[in-house]
Amino acid sequence: MTLVAIPWIVLFLPLLAAALITLFTWQDRKLSAGLSIAAVITGFVLTLLYVGLTGWHTTRESVLTWLAIGDFQVDFGLRLDSLSTLMMLLVTGVASAIHVYSWGYMNEDPGFSRFFAYLSLFTTSMLGIVLANNFVELFIFWELVGVSSYLLVGFWFERPAAADAGKKAFLTNRIGDFGFLLGILTVWSTLGSLNFSVLQQKLLADPQALGGLATAAGLLIFCGAVGKSAQFPLHVWLPDAMEGPTPVSALIHAATMVAAGVYMLCRVFFLLNNPALEVISWVGGFTALFSALIAVQQNDIKRILAYSTLSQLGYMVMGVGLHGPKEAMFHLSTHAFFKALLFLGAGSVILALHHEQDIWKMGGLRKKMPVTYWTFLVGTLALAGVVPFSGFYSKDAILGLAADQHAYGRFALGVVVAVLTTFYMFRLVFVAFGGAVRSDAAGHAHESPPVILFPLRILAFFSVIGGVIGIENVYAAHVYAAQFPPGQSLSLLQQIVGPFAEAPLAASLGLLAVAVGFFAAYSLYANATKDPLPEKLGALALWMRNRFYVDELYEATFIRLHDCLAAIADWIDRWLIAGVAVRGVHGTTEIIGRTLRELQTGNLQTYAFLFALGVALLLLFMLR
Amino acid sequence: MNVGIEHYLTVSIILFCLGLLGVVVRRNLLVIYMGLELMLNAANLALVAFSRFNNDLDGQVFVFFIITVAAAEVSVGLALIVALYRKRRTAHVEDLTLMKL
Repeated sequence: MTLVAIPWIVLFLPLLAAALITLFTWQDRKLSAGLSIAAVITGFVLTLLYVGLTGWHTTRESVLTWLAIGDFQVDFGLRLDSLSTLMMLLVTGVASAIHVYSWGYMNEDPGFSRFFAYLSLFTTSMLGIVLANNFVELFIFWELVGVSSYLLVGFWFERPAAADAGKKAFLTNRIGDFGFLLGILTVWSTLGSLNFSVLQQKLLADPQALGGLATAAGLLIFCGAVGKSAQFPLHVWLPDAMEGPTPVSALIHAATMVAAGVYMLCRVFFLLNNPALEVISWVGGFTALFSALIAVQQNDIKRILAYSTLSQLGYMVMGVGLHGPKEAMFHLSTHAFFKALLFLGAGSVILALHHEQDIWKMGGLRKKMPVTYWTFLVGTLALAGVVPFSGFYSKDAILGLAADQHAYGRFALGVVVAVLTTFYMFRLVFVAFGGAVRSDAAGHAHESPPVILFPLRILAFFSVIGGVIGIENVYAAHVYAAQFPPGQSLSLLQQIVGPFAEAPLAASLGLLAVAVGFFAAYSLYANATKDPLPEKLGALALWMRNRFYVDELYEATFIRLHDCLAAIADWIDRWLIAGVAVRGVHGTTEIIGRTLRELQTGNLQTYAFLFALGVALLLLFMLR
Repeated sequence: MNVGIEHYLTVSIILFCLGLLGVVVRRNLLVIYMGLELMLNAANLALVAFSRFNNDLDGQVFVFFIITVAAAEVSVGLALIVALYRKRRTAHVEDLTLMKL
C-alpha cells in the first residue's frame, strides 16, 4: 500500500459510514453514531499519519481517469499539497470534535442515526472539495456540500421554518453556483483544461492566456464563493441556516461549507487578476462591516454567531482580495477552531436552557455552567483578537496586508469591524453569562455532560494556541514556494510578539479596537437588563435589528419578480400549452370523430346501400 | 331476333339490381340473403356470357368455382341465421341493432 492510498481512504470512509448507516444500521442508534464518529476520527488519525510520514511540503497528485469525451478528459484525482493537507487535517479534526459533541447534543432526537448519516455525507463532500484536483470534481463535491447542507439545515423538517431555511440555503447557493459554472466553462473554453496544476502552468507560461476574459472568469468563479461563503448579496441564507441543529451550525460555520468558498478562492488564486481581486476584497470588506453591524442588534445567541461568521468570512475574502491567500487561509483555520468552539458552547447553553435561544432570557450562567463559560470566553477572546489568542494573529495578518498595500480604506474597514466584533461578542457574554438570572429556564440550568464538554476543551485549547503553532508557515510554503525557501523556524516568544515587530500599526490598532469594543460593551451591558442601544441609536438600531431589511428587499423585488414570472409561465402552460396546443388537438379530433360517428348507423342495409352507391359512383367515374 | 351479348348483360344487370334492391330494402334476413344470391348469380350469368362470346373457357371455370364457394357460403350463412333466430327469436334486421351506439 502506498502512501497516497491514505487520503483516498480518508475521503471515502465517511461516505462508507453514511452508506452503511442508511442501508443497514439505522435502527441501531448507538452503532450508527459509532460508525460515523469512528469514520471521521479514523480519518483524522490517518491524516495525521500521512502528514507525519510525508511532511507538509510534498506535492502529490493521484489521478484516476473518470471520463473521456474526445480530447476532453475529466479526472477524479486528489491533489495533495500543503494547502489541502492542512485543510484536510482541519476538516477532519473539527468534524471529529463536532461528531463527538453531537452524540451528546442529539441524544434525545428520534432522527439520531439519520443525523449521523448526513454528517458523514457532509464530511465526505467537504473533503472532496479540499482534495479535488480539477474544477469538475470540485464542482461535484461543491454541489454535494450544498445537498448535504440542505439535508442538515432542514433536519427538523417537520418545522416549516427549518424546511424553508434548508430550501433557502440550497437555492441561494444555486444562484452563486450558476456563476461558478459559467466561470469554469469560461476557463475551460479559453485554456482548454480544468486541472489546477495544468492551468497554473499555462498561466505561469503566459499570464495573458485568459485574454480579455480574465476579469470576467475571475469574478464568475468568485460568484461560487459568494454563494457558498455567504458574501453580500447572497449572505441571506446563512443566518436562516441556524434553524438546523447546533452541531450542524458549528460544522457549516467552522471548517466546512462556508470555508469552502474561501478555500476554493485560494486554490484557484492564480486565476484571479488584479481587477477581480480588487472587487473581491471590497465585497469581502463590505460584508464584514455590514454583518458586524447586524450582529450588534441580534438577540438570538445563534444568530449573533451566524452574523459574526459572515463578518469573519468577509475578512477572509478581503484577505484573498488583498493578494493574501496565505493570510486568508490562516484566518480560516483559526476561525474554524474558535467559531466551532463558540457554536458548541452556544449549543451547550441552549441544551441546558431547554432550547431557549434569546440571550435576554439567560443571564447568570457563569456560575451555573463554568466550563461552558470559560471555554466560551476563550472563544470570544480569540474571535475578538486579544493577544495571544489565535484570532489576534490571523486578523492582524489581514490588517497588516491591507496596511502593506496602502489599502487604507479596507484597513479602516477591518479596524471598524474589529471594534464591532469585540463589542457584539462581549455584549453576548455579558448578557448571557453575566448579570442576574432573568428567566426560570436560566435559573434551573446546569452544566452539560462530559461528552459535550470534552470537545469544548479541545477546541478551546486550539483556539488559544492556533496562532502560534505555525499554521501560517504551512500555507506560506504553498503560496510562495517558488519565491522563498521553507520558512525558518521561530521561537515561541518570537512568534507571540511577531506581529508587533512586523506590522506595528496593524497590531496596535487591532488591539486598540479590541479595547474600545470591550469598554463600550462593558459600559452598556455589564449589568443591563434590557438593551440600551435602541434608545440611543433610534432608527439605526431598528435597521440593524431587522438585518437592514435585505430579506424584505429580496422578498419585494426578486421573489416578487420570480413569482410574476412563475405566474406567467403557469398561465402559458395552463392556457397556451395545455389549453390551445394539447386540448386543441384533442378537441378537434374528438369533434371530427363525433361527426363521423353519425355515419355509423349500425344498420347493415344502409351500409350495403352506401357501398353499392360508392361502387356505382366509381364505375361512373372510371367508365366515363 | 339474334340474341347477342347485350341481352345477356341486360338480364344480368336487371338481376343484379333486383338483388341489390332486395338487399337494401327488405327487412327479413332470409330475403336479404336471397337477394345476395341473386346478385351472385347475376355476376355468374355475366361471366358465362363473356366466356361464350369471347370463346374462352376461363369465365366458365370461374363460375364453377363461384357456385361451389357460394354453396358453402350459403350453408354457413343459413346456419348463422338459424342460430341467430334461435337466440333472438327474430330474423328482422330492425331488431338486430346490438352494434348500434
